Amino acid sequence: MAQGRQSHAWHGHFEPKRVPEGVWMRCDGCQATLFRKQVEENLNVCPECDHHFQVSVADRVAQLVDTDTFEEWHADLRPGDPLGFNDRRPYPERIRAEQERTGLNEAAVVGQGFIKGIRVVLGLTDSGFIMGSMGSVVGEKLTRAAEEATRQRLPLVIVSGSGGGARMHEGILSLMQMAKVSSALGRHHAAGGLFISVLTHPTMGGVAASFASLGDIILAEPKALIGFAGPKVIAQTVRVQLPTGFQTSEFLLEHGFIDRIVHRRDLRGTLARLIDFVTPS
Amino acid sequence: MSTAGDNRRLSFDAPIHEMEARLGEMQAEYARSRAGGDASAVAEQIRRLRRELAGLKQTIYANLEAWQQVQVARHVERPQSREYIDLVFDEFIELHGDRAVGDDGAIVTGLARLDEHKIMFVGHQKGRNLSERTACNFGMPHPEGYRKAILKMQTAEKFGLPIVTFIDTPGAYPGIAAEERGQALVIAENLLKMSMLKTPIISVVIGEGGSGGALGIGVADRLAMLEHAYYSVITPEGCATILWKSSEHWKKAAEALRMTSRDLLGFGIIDEVVPEPLGGAHRDHREAASTLKSFLLRALRELVEIPRDVVLQQRYEKYRRIGVFFEGVDAAAAEVLEAVVGSASATETTAATLAPADQQRPTRPPIAAVDVDPTPHGVDSRAGALETAPTRD
Ligand SMILES: [Zn+2]
Repeated sequence: MAQGRQSHAWHGHFEPKRVPEGVWMRCDGCQATLFRKQVEENLNVCPECDHHFQVSVADRVAQLVDTDTFEEWHADLRPGDPLGFNDRRPYPERIRAEQERTGLNEAAVVGQGFIKGIRVVLGLTDSGFIMGSMGSVVGEKLTRAAEEATRQRLPLVIVSGSGGGARMHEGILSLMQMAKVSSALGRHHAAGGLFISVLTHPTMGGVAASFASLGDIILAEPKALIGFAGPKVIAQTVRVQLPTGFQTSEFLLEHGFIDRIVHRRDLRGTLARLIDFVTPS
Repeated sequence: MSTAGDNRRLSFDAPIHEMEARLGEMQAEYARSRAGGDASAVAEQIRRLRRELAGLKQTIYANLEAWQQVQVARHVERPQSREYIDLVFDEFIELHGDRAVGDDGAIVTGLARLDEHKIMFVGHQKGRNLSERTACNFGMPHPEGYRKAILKMQTAEKFGLPIVTFIDTPGAYPGIAAEERGQALVIAENLLKMSMLKTPIISVVIGEGGSGGALGIGVADRLAMLEHAYYSVITPEGCATILWKSSEHWKKAAEALRMTSRDLLGFGIIDEVVPEPLGGAHRDHREAASTLKSFLLRALRELVEIPRDVVLQQRYEKYRRIGVFFEGVDAAAAEVLEAVVGSASATETTAATLAPADQQRPTRPPIAAVDVDPTPHGVDSRAGALETAPTRD
């Protein structure tokens, strides 16, 4: 899962500290052995089969936003431990380890930047930080981002990547973040604000069941896993073989739940064009 | 027993059942003695035993562990939405269907009358016997259930009727058809739409509050839980499977998730705990319903007096406040704290000292640190644990 998560140089508030990885990597999509540098130069997409590797928030910002225009907000927000949660490891310890490993304070980064000259409020979740799960900090940051977008009448773009959904370690407080962010988005919509939601691999559970599904326009990267319940849970419940392609972007497009599937190389351009269409000129 | 599945007879209820059996025997003896003449001695024994039984229920049920609460919340004889509809409301006209896919039995909706109030009722229904349970899909709604719920709520909004929802679900159904019909999307839309409905909403967790499937009909102005209900981000079994790698550890997970009514009151998530009859709602449906009814009436009378735009603003603020985190100077202080005391201080946090994230949170990022306030937002106890007075404005 950590494959292809290395960072490009990026001028921001946080310095990614990813563990250096080997020169070669294997593609999860086509099993080909790939030259890592070549994959990175290709936006972390497999040059052989177009498999989209997961990317860090830093990489994502570099890919989407005009050079040096991203300004991070509320970078100092850090999680507490309201439950005193301890499974096999105390939650604060787990957080610290994730912070050291990823160079992030939390799973979400918000701020403003320009996409092809258009100012937007941007929110991103990093699927590598405790599975991109939403606790109080992620909920708070995204809520503030939505509120700021409403206040400044700016388009809001949130790029989701979360295999974890609502974060168990913060219990009911995590669940309530779903309502909190959704309420802020409700106000944003009511004020006529634009919200484009971009779903990346994976977007599941409480993230899929809140802000990620609330865009005026919903885009997804190819073959991303998107859904409410995890495929393992579903398989255990229904005890039948899940259909091929179940819960992929293509599955959601077929069933009418997303507007478009967009290749990573076209994402920046597509966002700019979409925003331009619905913004008075 | 490895899961909280079949719980007609709860293990921790054994002493109660034993004493009830003894009481039964004694009552039979009383009948016999009366036929034979003097029964006053037996009558006295019965009175004493009844007092003891009440005391026993009190002791056991006042000190239930989290996993035991889960078993009570799932008890097959626990009253469900339909029992409460019969016992609480004066009139009920059920309304079916989502106008798109079908009529989901896992969510009951309809118009109800409660004293002087006309309301829209929305509630999960799990079913009592096997055929009912199958028809209700064990209280696990499909997308059409959530769509049906929001449609009826929008009807209520149009005609200015307050909404009452009863939450009682293990979770939204994790199935193939549910995903094909957009389970995640319908729940998301319900959260957004409920946050904007221009009519008062009261929600009560009457049994199981299973994650997004519960929240999907649970964005409210007043949120309460019955005493032995639970409300959690994930079922204890699910949590145990993920974090402890086996559902066998569900009791530990139930404890760790802090999912009881007392926990949620401590976190400031719910407004009120509605007390249950001694020994749990399954022992006395009528009494449970009557306490629930008085809560509903009180909440309704309060809410209908408040102008609708104020209700909406307060609903927004209610959810806006929820969250526990460090910010600004706090973040720096947290770093220092962690270096000094490690994670120990954080684990000493107790629900009782938690308040909803409070007003002292700066609205903007850090100003240069002058006073270092080591209090994370919404948690006083961390500073308390270090024997420094928490700073509060
Ligand atoms: Zn490939």
